[in-house]
Amino acid sequence: MKLEILHELNAERAARRPAILVTDTESGEQRLVKAKDFAKDPLRAELEKQLRMGKSASVEAGGKKLFLNVYAPTAKLVIVGAVHISQALAPLARSLGYDVTVVDPRTAFASPERFPDIPLVAEWPDTALPPLNVDAYTAFVAVTHDPKIDDPALLHAFERGCFYIGALGSRKTHAKRGDRLRAQGAKESDIARIHAPIGLAIGAVSPSEIAVSIMAEITAVLRLPPKEKEEAA
Amino acid sequence: MLDRDEDILKAAEDWQKAGRGVALATVVETWGSAPRPAGSSLVINDEGTFLGSVSGGCVEGAVVTEAMDVIQSGKPRMLEFGVADETAWNVGLSCGGTIRVFVEKVG
Repeated sequence: MKLEILHELNAERAARRPAILVTDTESGEQRLVKAKDFAKDPLRAELEKQLRMGKSASVEAGGKKLFLNVYAPTAKLVIVGAVHISQALAPLARSLGYDVTVVDPRTAFASPERFPDIPLVAEWPDTALPPLNVDAYTAFVAVTHDPKIDDPALLHAFERGCFYIGALGSRKTHAKRGDRLRAQGAKESDIARIHAPIGLAIGAVSPSEIAVSIMAEITAVLRLPPKEKEEAA
Repeated sequence: MLDRDEDILKAAEDWQKAGRGVALATVVETWGSAPRPAGSSLVINDEGTFLGSVSGGCVEGAVVTEAMDVIQSGKPRMLEFGVADETAWNVGLSCGGTIRVFVEKVG
């Protein structure tokens, strides 16, 4: 690997931008394709598929054997609300490989006893969220049931283009939330991005089951191509 | 997502900048139940120090030896290991898999 390529690759990874290293395994020739350049690449379909799956693979193209090495940032999960569901959700998400942070200004909720080994930020969203570098590789869930906490958090998630945004609450609760967010300047397209009621419909009852339904929905959004995603939702 | 190869590529860059000869070994294909998926990598320097893994631990020795030659020659090389190869795999490790490992010089 040429040093320039290695340097460029490390820079992309440090900035949490996905990239794929394409290696001709016979000649050793290599090129780095940044995610923003996928659309104009001859291997576009393969690159997009492998990135979506987060999987490196060997492919054949134009009579060449190519290895596509995928470098995708570690996905993050930001949970706003240190509630009972979050106590099940945080360890489950971590076992799936997410970097998890729980935010809740209510210190009685955001206590290390309730969340052993999980990074906790006991601050209001306006203070807690900016340093977390919420980005397109972040799944964001708001589960406090308290508009004072959930609403500003959701506005932040819209702004940062999270790949998944979910919020707890019935359809009725969600309709009211839509009205409030609209009044605070949220776009219709932003509000439409919220998965609410949160989680796949699997008949979840207990906090742990709800956690499973939420992670199943996040996984579907992360991995499925856009069309199948709609069918799963 | 659990394996974050961050320190591996960082080490490759750091070692190279420090003037060491460096090679990178990457799993490019697997068949059967291989211990580590495609994309898993190992970085080796000319002192024999290495970081990361391409298998459960048993072909690493052979990969490091080959990597030394690659650092010398500068020519990339494709290695193939199967479980049938008893020199490469110890008892108790993976079962039924084959892996191909691409070894290249850095810099």
